[in-house]
Amino acid sequence: MIDGNSAAALGAIFNGVTFVSWYPITPSSSLAEAINSYAPDLRKDPETGKATYAVIQAEDELAAIGMVLGAGWAGARSMTATSGPGISLMSEFAGMAYFAEIPSVIWDIQRMGPSTGLPTRTGQGDILSAYYLGHGDTNHVVLFPATPKECFEMAGTAFDLAESLQTLVFVLSDLDLGMNLWITDEFDYPEAPMARGKVLSAEDLKARGGKWGRYLDEDGDGIPYRTLPGTDHPLAAYFTRGTGHNEYAFYSERSEDWEQNLIRLRRKFDTARTMVPQPLVDEVEEAKIAIISLGSNDESIAEARDRLRNVGIEVSYLRLRALPISHAVSDFVAGYDKVYVIENNFDGQLHKILLTEMPEHAGRLVSVAKCDGMPLSARFITEAIQG
Amino acid sequence: MSTVTERMKVAAAARTPKTNAIGLEKTEYKGRDSTLCKGCGHDSISARIINSVWELGLPQHRVIKLSGIGCSSKTPAYFLGHSHGFNSLHGRMPSVATGALTANQTLVGIGVSGDGDTASIGIGQFKHAARRNLPVVYIVENNGVYGLTKGQFSATSDKGQMLKYAGVNDLPSLDICLEALAANATFVARSFAGDAKQVEALLKAAISHRGVAVLDIISPCVTFNNHDSSNKSYAWGKANETPIHELNFIPKYEEIEIDEYDDEREVQLHDGSWIQLKKLDADYDPTNKMLAYQTLETARQDGKFLTGLFYINDEEPNMLERLNMVDRPLAALTDADTRPSRDALKQIMAEL
Repeated sequence: MIDGNSAAALGAIFNGVTFVSWYPITPSSSLAEAINSYAPDLRKDPETGKATYAVIQAEDELAAIGMVLGAGWAGARSMTATSGPGISLMSEFAGMAYFAEIPSVIWDIQRMGPSTGLPTRTGQGDILSAYYLGHGDTNHVVLFPATPKECFEMAGTAFDLAESLQTLVFVLSDLDLGMNLWITDEFDYPEAPMARGKVLSAEDLKARGGKWGRYLDEDGDGIPYRTLPGTDHPLAAYFTRGTGHNEYAFYSERSEDWEQNLIRLRRKFDTARTMVPQPLVDEVEEAKIAIISLGSNDESIAEARDRLRNVGIEVSYLRLRALPISHAVSDFVAGYDKVYVIENNFDGQLHKILLTEMPEHAGRLVSVAKCDGMPLSARFITEAIQG
Repeated sequence: MSTVTERMKVAAAARTPKTNAIGLEKTEYKGRDSTLCKGCGHDSISARIINSVWELGLPQHRVIKLSGIGCSSKTPAYFLGHSHGFNSLHGRMPSVATGALTANQTLVGIGVSGDGDTASIGIGQFKHAARRNLPVVYIVENNGVYGLTKGQFSATSDKGQMLKYAGVNDLPSLDICLEALAANATFVARSFAGDAKQVEALLKAAISHRGVAVLDIISPCVTFNNHDSSNKSYAWGKANETPIHELNFIPKYEEIEIDEYDDEREVQLHDGSWIQLKKLDADYDPTNKMLAYQTLETARQDGKFLTGLFYINDEEPNMLERLNMVDRPLAALTDADTRPSRDALKQIMAEL
């Protein structure tokens, strides 16, 4: 048995986290505290006994995310953990991570909002905020673990994606998953090498005769190459800034440069669609209706589907595990008369996102949203579906 | 008989460009052309940074330049063109510096900020960087005004000060050196953009200092705050600057004569280099924190412009030392360095 936050901490530790900064807030503090509890033994250099990581308790969430960006910029696998009020404070740096393309990870252990909300109750109310956090045209990769095992795995996936895509990755857990104890299968030892992304070393630069551009799309996937501070080559250095820049990271106010940059960022975001964890789909041939959901609603949905099956109603199920969506979601939705988008928030945030991204399916998508601080029950789901 | 041209050619050939300890000329350490107003104090400071880093023989790839937002925060583009730079968010340079220097503790961090960036929006992060003793050179290019947004008062504008469009300031100013002291900064100095020798000595000392080094450099804004009555103007600064001592920095690889002259005081830094302080008036002991408080507060009340190294404590471990990390930068660690063993995971699973 384990809680999701401890699982996340272990996942980070086993997947190369080197920098954590955080500010205490319910219900995310226990994630950083678990790191502080496990890492001293697990991440001790065998020869010197010194730490192969650093954890800093910041003075507030603005500093916490600033530290994450500084560390990610310099080549660490860096993360913070917070909750709703924290991500509001992090929005300026979130936009910078997106626009200046800096690998960074934010775990948002969601609680009830808006505002201070109910700090000790669960919810899934940060989906819209996380997806678009930051002024201007901003978009982030968001991961949705549903179990402690997925918290463990997605801790690693988040770093791999952050470094591969050179961007901010959110992992949206919630209080129910994060702080309660769950029975779990054993976690699998991570076999795959860590993905560190497109980083040019001094040798790489030498081989290229120093030719490169920090925001130049060489490979056509929207993902440029970067160098790390400390690289010993005369052409390694570049300037990171949130203001307009051209492909060589020089300051630019030219319209063409600005637009081309945003077009490339969109291309990069499209590349992300197939790199992020794909939805888990359980299709039943007889089913005319389906459920889309995410995160810790999983168990209640399983129970609801059983109850409905007992009264002769088959329901297919797609569990979304990340944004942005790929065509897998629209292909799924196309096969059903009605698709119930089930979520633990008041405004039906995932429903809104799906409407925006699949307007052709608007007629099929039905919002089933509730937010009263309690996890969603199977009865709530069956009643919504049976009308 | 040689002509003037021939004699000039011979003289030119005989002139060898000066190189530093790693064989580089000063021009290598420049950045892009400044787009700041002609005569801006910040451009002098940039020139001082170039000189100091060059003279110390630091390779540029080991240096990172960090800034917030403001006219002063633009300057990292104008020096050390071969160093990585990060022009971050308003008031948030310290957090970015903290992350970067932790991720790679072999880097030398030079942080440039302004009086808005540090004393208003950034006051919290400034205090905590000082408190943590983050080993960064923290330069505040202080002109008592918001230059980039065109002439509003800043928190270091004096009470009663008049600005053309903003009117009269009715709030007391914050003293960046006093604020640094109160936040437990281990190196607190003030200087003036017009005092090149002092700025360079302080910069070199700051770079060599073990922990956070706060340099409050009065840097006149020729466009918005340079009228003679302003205590942040060139005229006032030149007329009123009162150094408390004469500073010299001696790098660790140079010999120093420690003479028992009582008009001189030497402070040795953790890395072996020395700061030599020649007394000008009274004998100022910069290791005395109470004296620093008294000196700064008295000067503040009397409206005096004292410059120099007010306080230094090179005994205090810095943030990176306290983290007790492996010597190799965290950013350079591989899977083999960081991934615990299969058995370790098995054991944890068994315990749960």
